[in-house]
Amino acid sequence: MELSLVIEKFILVAVIFGISLVTAMYSTYAERKVAAFLQDRIGPNRAGPFGIFQPMADGAKMFMKEEIIPTQSSGLLFIVGPSLAILTACIGSAVIPWGQQLTIGSRVIDLQVTDINVGILYIFGVVSLGVYGIMIGGWASNNKYSLLGAIRAASQNISYEIAMGLSIIALLMLTGTLSLKEIAQQQHGFWANGWFTWNVFRQPLGFLIFIICAFAETNRSPFDLPECETELVGGYHTEYSSMKLGFYLFAEYINMFISSAVMATLYFGGYNFPFMHHLGLSENLVTILGVVALFAKIIFFIFFFMWVRWTIPRFRYDQLMDLGWKVLIPLAIANIVLTGIFATVFK
Amino acid sequence: MSLFYFVAFLSVFFSLLVIFSKNPVHSVLYLILTFFTFTIHYFLLNAQFLGIVNFIVYMGAILVLFLYTLMLMNLNHDTEPLKSNLLKVIGVIAGGCLLVTLIASLKISGNSEIVVLKDPNLGLVKNLGNVLFHQFLLPFEVSSILLLSAMVGAVLLAKKES
Repeated sequence: MELSLVIEKFILVAVIFGISLVTAMYSTYAERKVAAFLQDRIGPNRAGPFGIFQPMADGAKMFMKEEIIPTQSSGLLFIVGPSLAILTACIGSAVIPWGQQLTIGSRVIDLQVTDINVGILYIFGVVSLGVYGIMIGGWASNNKYSLLGAIRAASQNISYEIAMGLSIIALLMLTGTLSLKEIAQQQHGFWANGWFTWNVFRQPLGFLIFIICAFAETNRSPFDLPECETELVGGYHTEYSSMKLGFYLFAEYINMFISSAVMATLYFGGYNFPFMHHLGLSENLVTILGVVALFAKIIFFIFFFMWVRWTIPRFRYDQLMDLGWKVLIPLAIANIVLTGIFATVFK
Repeated sequence: MSLFYFVAFLSVFFSLLVIFSKNPVHSVLYLILTFFTFTIHYFLLNAQFLGIVNFIVYMGAILVLFLYTLMLMNLNHDTEPLKSNLLKVIGVIAGGCLLVTLIASLKISGNSEIVVLKDPNLGLVKNLGNVLFHQFLLPFEVSSILLLSAMVGAVLLAKKES
């Protein structure tokens, strides 16, 4: 491997890592602002103009707080929990195509860290690994409420992973590839051959199932039962303080960012935007506009996550399980059969 | 090659820790690490699909359920029942018999012929799919029915309880 490639990838990884963290930081601010807007309040407005420095203040507060490790907890695992949560949240971004190619001089740079040919499955693996952070943390706290939260998280994640996988199978039947780069390329532009190119118009039911499962996998309301404060004090992170708690909360926002990016890539055309090659712009400019388009979609999805959180009340636990096993899985299987029929009839 | 030996060492090391750790939850955590090293083995053999499926199914689902059950059972030293000496003696004899059998069979078997992989890209998704759905279609479908029957059996058992 040549050195320049290593440097290029290193810079790309650093930039994506930085963007993930900054997006997650400002998601906490946006969450509070959106909540305030939906509840007719003002929201944080003390730190800087419009409270724009609030995330920095929150971060500093988290670091300054006293760090408590309960004496009854299982020492090392108590630390491994939040570390694993933040680690699995961060590595998901490696296979997402952030844009087309940039040409600088004679060098062509792919705006994707790596294009492995099992890209979707990689994301799936990372998602399924994410539950360990919560489970280990909840168990190591040696607290009944934490344990209940952890167990809820585990059963919820496993249940919704199945429906999520089935909804993706229907999508794969149409795309015929597991590589996220190729899936993004197939959705080029907006309109071709008398139909929309974006997968959401070919797989509306699949997208609906996928987004519901994404809410459940990221433990967002209305599926936030693992941290249900009315029943479980604080859920799996009851015993955590200081930045370890911060990591758990932060991991949730990074997960939200990554799952928004995955949804935008799989179903909403990724970096593609309408008329991208009819405007007469240079390739580089189209690429940059594509990245902007992708981020616009991601920000919309993050807003959607928050919008739902402050609109819909939490499920009861049996309702959550019923929805997962008795509604979403049969629907996803029906979607696969329908997609198969359509794919063979309208070939 | 040295990478293979390193990963193989890790596999053996973690699987020994699974047996020797006192706490069952720690055992499962070591088992997760063992399966992770298996995933690396698959990737070293260029079997990407098998590797990632092993990762999702074993690490991401089955062992989560293992962990789930063990966390619910709340096993620790106080609740562990004391085993009688008779059981221990029987265990030692049975283990010794197994060891003798294993060593004897290893001695008889001798060196196996080295299997040469004709197509190193066999493990990629496309090639694996082609092989599974053309050459081995019937066994593949039969095994899926086997899994389905196991699933139906599990549902029936659960229904009987309530």
